[in-house]
Amino acid sequence: MNTVNFGRRQWLGAGAALAATSLAGCAGMSASGPSIGRVVVVGGGYGGATAARYLKLWGGNVDVTLVERNADFVSCPISNLVLGGYKQMPDITRGYSGLKSVGVKVVQGDVTAIDVPGKKLRLAGGGELPYDRLVLAPGIDFMADQVGGLQAALNSGRVLHSWKAGPQTVALRRQIESMPDGGVFALFIPKSPYRCPPGPYERACVVASYLKTAKPKSKVLVLDANPEIQSKKALFERAFKQHYEGILEYRANAELKELSGNVAKLDFEDVKADVLNVIPPQRAGDLARGAGLLNMNNRWVGVNWLTMESTAAPGIHVLGDATFPAPMMPKSGHMANQHAKVAAAAIIQLLKGEPVNATPVVMNTCYSFVSGREAMHVASVHQYDANDKTFKTVPGSGGVSAAANQIEARYALSWAENIWADSLAV
Amino acid sequence: MHITLRRAAALLGLFGAIGLAQAQDANLARNLAATCANCHGTNGHARGDMKPLAGLSAEKIVAMIADFKSGAQPATIMHQISKGYTDEQIKLVAGFFAAQPASK
Repeated sequence: MNTVNFGRRQWLGAGAALAATSLAGCAGMSASGPSIGRVVVVGGGYGGATAARYLKLWGGNVDVTLVERNADFVSCPISNLVLGGYKQMPDITRGYSGLKSVGVKVVQGDVTAIDVPGKKLRLAGGGELPYDRLVLAPGIDFMADQVGGLQAALNSGRVLHSWKAGPQTVALRRQIESMPDGGVFALFIPKSPYRCPPGPYERACVVASYLKTAKPKSKVLVLDANPEIQSKKALFERAFKQHYEGILEYRANAELKELSGNVAKLDFEDVKADVLNVIPPQRAGDLARGAGLLNMNNRWVGVNWLTMESTAAPGIHVLGDATFPAPMMPKSGHMANQHAKVAAAAIIQLLKGEPVNATPVVMNTCYSFVSGREAMHVASVHQYDANDKTFKTVPGSGGVSAAANQIEARYALSWAENIWADSLAV
Repeated sequence: MHITLRRAAALLGLFGAIGLAQAQDANLARNLAATCANCHGTNGHARGDMKPLAGLSAEKIVAMIADFKSGAQPATIMHQISKGYTDEQIKLVAGFFAAQPASK
C-alpha cells in the first residue's frame, strides 16, 4: 500500500503544470436556491465530463466546476480512423460549451496540488478551488522508463504514441502519409493492462487498410508484448487474414526493450521501420500519482465501487482508466462514462446525507473498425456483488460480433455521436 | 378523516419511510436507465442510427427486451446486453423511459 499521510503533508504535488487561464475569467452559472455542495472534477475526458454533466442533471443545486488542461475534448475512440485518413480531427473534436450551457463552470488549466484536509485545489497560475467532494479523472500516463531510449525518442517527437488523441494523432497521420511505398509501419503493444484493449489491433487494421490502397508495397508489423491478441482475438485474426494477408504481420511475445534511432530492439532481433509507433506501458495519470492514490501495484487506483472513492483517500472519487479494474472490466471511454454515473449518483446522495445506491450496474460496448467501413463489437454487463464488493460480469451476457460488417460500422459512429452528446451535453 | 389518517401515518413514521423508498426506486430506475444512455442518448433521446427509447410505452420496452433475450428478435448486440439485466431491472428502466417526453 502506498498511502500518504494527508495530515502531515498539507499540499500534495499533483502532476506537471502547464499554462493555465486565471479563475477570474471563468464565470459560471449559479443555481437558484441553496447549493447542496461544491464538487470539483479534474479531467474532462469521458469520465470527468460525464461526471460534471450528470452531477448537474441529477443534482439540481450542486456547484460543479470542471478543470481541464485542453481547450477541447478530443476522442480516443474513432481516432484510429483519422490515422487511416477515413476521418478528420474536427470529426473527433468537441467543445466544452455544452457543459457550460448546463451550468458547469469550466476552468481551462492544470492542478498543481491537492490540499486534502483543507479540501481545496491549487491551480497553475495561483488560483485555488475549494470543494466538498473531489472527482479525479486523470486518465493514464506512461511508464516510458521501462523501455530504454523511449522517453528521449518521445521527447524528440521522432517516435509517437498517439495513445492520447490530439496533436499526436495529427503527427502520426503525417508520418504515415510521408512513408515511402514499400515502407514499414511498426506498431508496438505493451503488456496488459493498458487503455483500450482492442485499440492497437484496430489501429493495425486501419493503417493497413490505408496502406493497401495508397502505398500497396508497404507493410504493417505488429509487435505485441502479450502472448496473444488481447480483445476480439478470433475476429481480429480473421481480419488480418481476410483483408491484410501479405501486408500485415502479427507477432506475439515480441516485447520492445530498447529504441535506438530507427531501430527497435526486441529480445532476439532488431526491427527497422520507417514509422515506429510505440504504445508505452501505462499507469494511472500523474494527478493520481501526485496525490498518493496509486495503491494497487504502485500503478492504479483502488476504488470503492459503490461510490468510486479512492480506497487510499475516501472523499476523492476516481474514474476511468486510472482505476484498478473489477474482473473483466476494460479500460474504455464507455466504461469511464459509466463509472462517472455511479460516482455522480453517489456524490449527490452523500451531499444530502442519504444512502447511496447499493446495487449499481455498469456496462461496456467497444466497437473496433477492421477497415474504413467495417466494424465489430465487444459488450459486457457488470452487476455489483455485495459479498465480494466488486462488479462482476453476468454469466451468459455480453459477447462479440459474429463478424465485422458495415452495419456495425454505422452503429460504431452512432455510438460515438451518442456518447459524446451524453458526456458533453453537446 | 383524511387528515387523521395522514397524522396517524406520520406518527408511525410510515410516511417518511414510504417516501424514502419511492425516492430510492426512482433513483434506481434513473441510474439503471443511464447505463443505456451511451448509445440510446441521455434520458433515451438517441441520435443517428440508434433507437430512441424516450416516450415509448413501458410494455413495449419490456416486450422488446424479452424478444432480444429469447432470440425472437435478431440483433447485432442487444441479445447480448439484454441478458445482463434482471427482469425487475428491465421493468424499472422501461418505466423510466416511458415517463420521458418523446424525442422530437
